[in-house]
Amino acid sequence: MPSELPDGDPAPPSGRLPESALAGLGTRPFGVYLHVPFCRVRCGYCDFNTYALPELGEGSAGQVGGFVDELLRELDLAAGVLSQGPHHPPPVHTVFIGGGTPTLLPAADLVRLVAGIRRRWGLAEGAEVTTEANPDTVTAAGMTALAEGGVTRVSLGMQSAVPHVLDTLERTHDPAAVARAVAAARGAGLQVSLDLIYGTPGESLEDWRRSLDTALALEVDHVSAYALVVEAGTRLAAQVRRGQVAAPDDDDEAAKYELADAILTAAGLQWYEVSNWARTPHDRCRHNVGYWQGADWWGAGPGAHSHVGGVRWWNVKHPTAYAARLAAGHSPAAAREVLTDDQRRDERVLLGVRLVDGLPLDTGPLAGTGQVAGLIADGLVDGPAAIGERQLRLTLRGRLLADTVVRRLLG
Amino acid sequence: MARTGLPPHGTPPDRIRNFCIIAHIDHGKSTLADRMLQLTGVVDGRAMRAQYLDRMDIERERGITIKSQAVRMPWEHDGVTYALNMIDTPGHVDFTYEVSRSLAACEGAVLLVDAAQGIEAQTLANLYLAMENDLAIIPVLNKIDLPAAQPQKYAAELAGLIGCEPEDCLQVSGKTGEGVEALIAEIVRQVPHPIGDPTAPARAMIFDSVYDTYRGVVTYVRVIDGDLNPRERILMMSTKVTHELLEIGVSSPEPEPSKGLGVGEVGYLITGVKDVRQSRVGDTVTNASKPAKESLGGYRDPKPMVFSGLYPIDGSDYPDLRDALDRLKLNDAALAFEPETSAALGFGFRCGFLGLLHLEIVRERLEREFGLDLISTQPTVVYEVTLEDKRVVTVTNPSEYPDGKISEVREPVVRATILAPSEFIGAIMELCQGKRGALRGMDYLSEDRVEMRYTLPLAEIVYDFFDQLKSRTRGYASLDYEPDGDQVADLVKVDILLQGEQVDAFSSIVHKDKAYGYGVLMAGKLRKLIPRQQFEVPIQAAIGSRIIARETIRAIRKDVLAKCYGGDITRKRKLLEKQKEGKKRMKMVGRVEVPQEAFIAALSSDPTDQKNK
Ligand SMILES: Nc1nc2c(ncn2[C@@H]2O[C@H](COP(=O)(O)OP(=O)(O)O)[C@@H](O)[C@H]2O)c(=O)[nH]1
Ligand SMILES: C[S@@+](CC[C@H](N)C(=O)[O-])C[C@H]1O[C@@H](n2cnc3c(N)ncnc32)[C@H](O)[C@@H]1O
Ligand code: SF4
Ligand SMILES: [Mg+2]
Repeated sequence: MPSELPDGDPAPPSGRLPESALAGLGTRPFGVYLHVPFCRVRCGYCDFNTYALPELGEGSAGQVGGFVDELLRELDLAAGVLSQGPHHPPPVHTVFIGGGTPTLLPAADLVRLVAGIRRRWGLAEGAEVTTEANPDTVTAAGMTALAEGGVTRVSLGMQSAVPHVLDTLERTHDPAAVARAVAAARGAGLQVSLDLIYGTPGESLEDWRRSLDTALALEVDHVSAYALVVEAGTRLAAQVRRGQVAAPDDDDEAAKYELADAILTAAGLQWYEVSNWARTPHDRCRHNVGYWQGADWWGAGPGAHSHVGGVRWWNVKHPTAYAARLAAGHSPAAAREVLTDDQRRDERVLLGVRLVDGLPLDTGPLAGTGQVAGLIADGLVDGPAAIGERQLRLTLRGRLLADTVVRRLLG
Repeated sequence: MARTGLPPHGTPPDRIRNFCIIAHIDHGKSTLADRMLQLTGVVDGRAMRAQYLDRMDIERERGITIKSQAVRMPWEHDGVTYALNMIDTPGHVDFTYEVSRSLAACEGAVLLVDAAQGIEAQTLANLYLAMENDLAIIPVLNKIDLPAAQPQKYAAELAGLIGCEPEDCLQVSGKTGEGVEALIAEIVRQVPHPIGDPTAPARAMIFDSVYDTYRGVVTYVRVIDGDLNPRERILMMSTKVTHELLEIGVSSPEPEPSKGLGVGEVGYLITGVKDVRQSRVGDTVTNASKPAKESLGGYRDPKPMVFSGLYPIDGSDYPDLRDALDRLKLNDAALAFEPETSAALGFGFRCGFLGLLHLEIVRERLEREFGLDLISTQPTVVYEVTLEDKRVVTVTNPSEYPDGKISEVREPVVRATILAPSEFIGAIMELCQGKRGALRGMDYLSEDRVEMRYTLPLAEIVYDFFDQLKSRTRGYASLDYEPDGDQVADLVKVDILLQGEQVDAFSSIVHKDKAYGYGVLMAGKLRKLIPRQQFEVPIQAAIGSRIIARETIRAIRKDVLAKCYGGDITRKRKLLEKQKEGKKRMKMVGRVEVPQEAFIAALSSDPTDQKNK
């Protein structure tokens, strides 16, 4: 079951944004997110806004077929909304096609989407264009077609190299599929990132080490490692509730995080966000960094979230409702919020502390905070960085307790 | 039914019958009273709400009668018109004193017993009180319409108890009305009429005093001698305060002003006072101009037996809590309170109650009628602590427990009566033994039901006795108790420490043999309730400086959302906002953040819940 959307204020059917949000549009990085809400089957732990093809019922093939046109229609709406009066977005810096499983769509469809973005706004020099992919949907030909169509990066959902863990996660791929997918992507000249999940019930520390080693053996330059979250409403949550599988354990996850950081660092990858490691700054996912630094982006597709100049909004979740809104000529936004100064400050702290560069101590949201000495004393904040560089940067322990740090900073 | 009643003030005493109904909770007292109101025509069918006399919301919901009321009903018997005064008594032991005053206003009592349940402990307690007041007792089996009714069996039980013949027990159904007319006829026949001196200075006993937003305090009285008249000045004999009588009348059941009240009559007085303490239950009212020499006696200051701290969950509600307590006090002479500060809970009030039910009712009214969210600390009784230097300290709060060398501690005890099927004798004995009880006697009420009498420390009753009793007897046992002095006991104060800091709200005075158990229980509970902190938190239970139990909350290692949440920043921010809200509800004990909920959970596990009693 996909998770709930937040509550918010009503969004206008035209999708129009307040003048305040559009001011300065051209001067900030601008990204586009495209959401493809289809998967072959839904994994038991997943609460992303995605629909297994059989769930969509009869005619779903048609729906999937026409889906790219709907996304392009929303981009038309976006182009109109973002070009009010004197305002105009800059060429697109980053594109992220996520899901669901974008690679369930034919490569040609994804290429049409990239072309559609280029046509409307242009792609900036050296733009990053990522697509998510499930290992068992990747072919060499598909990767080549994507690369030729402008895709530069692929993020593969590896999750684990251990069969029993993949089983518990109800993944459809086997470990070997990951190696094939990496080879296909690399052969096409794409940057490759692997997503891993730790803390799966039944996963030992050794299992986790094996997953990390396997990922590194594939010589990738980027790894995301996520702690398994039991999301309400998922099959996994039901299994935990019934006692069929054990709930993930925070201490175990902490140990696994520490292990991941040690192994990845030793292999030359450096953390740049709590759950992300990259070989060089160039290998970081700039699109995601945009989320964390308050960049502007338009998220198109069912349930996609957007942010422009302090206004956040999100689309209706179901593909059918989404299509109906667009067919009626309306914005698919379900609701939005215009952030108050306090909320913007909270978000800057909340997101900023999770980044390797952290937050400045003398300017911005932390200016004047009296909490830093205590956080240093408790080993959560890097003392030399705070004293020498005047930057608040989390220690390893601080990363594991980042939410505590945020509460103490904002409490 | 009599078409026209007798006018108050001019009713000859021999036409008056004052009676009450004694029953265990749920045996049908309110329902029977309703039938009588209908049959005598004072309330017509349409105006009849179920259980007309139970006016307070909480009463209606929980089916208990907290405040007694009196209703005057006309009745014709053998061509003569009578005035029947039905006085509804509170059924619970916390209000024993009020019950006894209500009984003292009557000459007769209907002893009402559910024909499917038989006698219960409360019935017995009230029956004893009625007999002490020399009331004529009319035994009645109720609910005979029930298929499960066993009137023969329980008639025998009743007869054995009060020394009559089984066939003397009336059989009624408050629900269908069957037998109720016959019962009223018996009341006229068997209940003696009041006797008093009409020429003497007035003496009227206050048996209830209720605060009403519109009318101020309404005082219910039974006139013994003389008479009371509108607009005269009256004197309250214990407090020596005089008031002008603004209104005098009878309830039928709505208030009806009258020309006065004469010998034997029951009615209400309104003087414009705003505080029930100026018009106290048990006090004697007389004419100010020609006062009686002697009061009727029997007046007693209400004495709190159980104390608990009440704290607003949101500290800024403190003034509201004070106002609410002031308001409740207007209507509750037994409620005592004074400001108190707890390091852990902030500002609150130390409150004294007649018993656990009283505590629960007050708390519930504060929450319901005044919209307050409260934490209440573990109820404690009153200890008399004598130090070696002979000083005596009265302790109503563990924090007042003296540190010095103690020579003796006295604790209050109660006489408890437990009625239960005989198969549970063993279980009850075991429970009472564990609660430091002493068996005083045991009688079989019938072949398979026993009455067991114990002396028990009140503190044990306050702790969790009732719930244990219910669970060990599958709900079949009933309990009643009354204060019975005090005794020397081997008591100690157990403190709970978090990271070496004492948490005053968790200190408890317990018997020496139970200190260890309490310490282990509390420490274990807190370990589960207090979230892990950034550092290890030892939890200790201690008597003085001696540690008797210890638990450790391990340091938290992970507190971060380490999942891909893409562009949905809103969700993450809202989570933070919620956590920030949660943090506001944290109380700091030293450096340890303790959620309000942990206090509530740790404190509320002591079942103060006696609503089924
Ligand atoms: N069947 C039956 N139920 C009754 C009778 N009298 C009372 N009840 C029910 O017993 C319950 C308790 O009655 P209530 O009058 O509130 O008892 P109280 O607690 O003694 O005042 C209610 O559910 C009544 O409806 C009766 O004569 N027959
Ligand atoms: C948007 S998802 C989808 C990517 C792609 N469909 C796949 O599964 O391979 C991105 C990543 O989030 C992570 N993820 C999904 N659900 C999660 C959960 N409940 N707990 C932790 N990580 C999760 C997985 O590592 C997944 O690869
Ligand atoms: S494949 Fe990815 S998006 Fe689809 S259900 Fe599984 S985790 Fe969720
Ligand atoms: Mg009742």
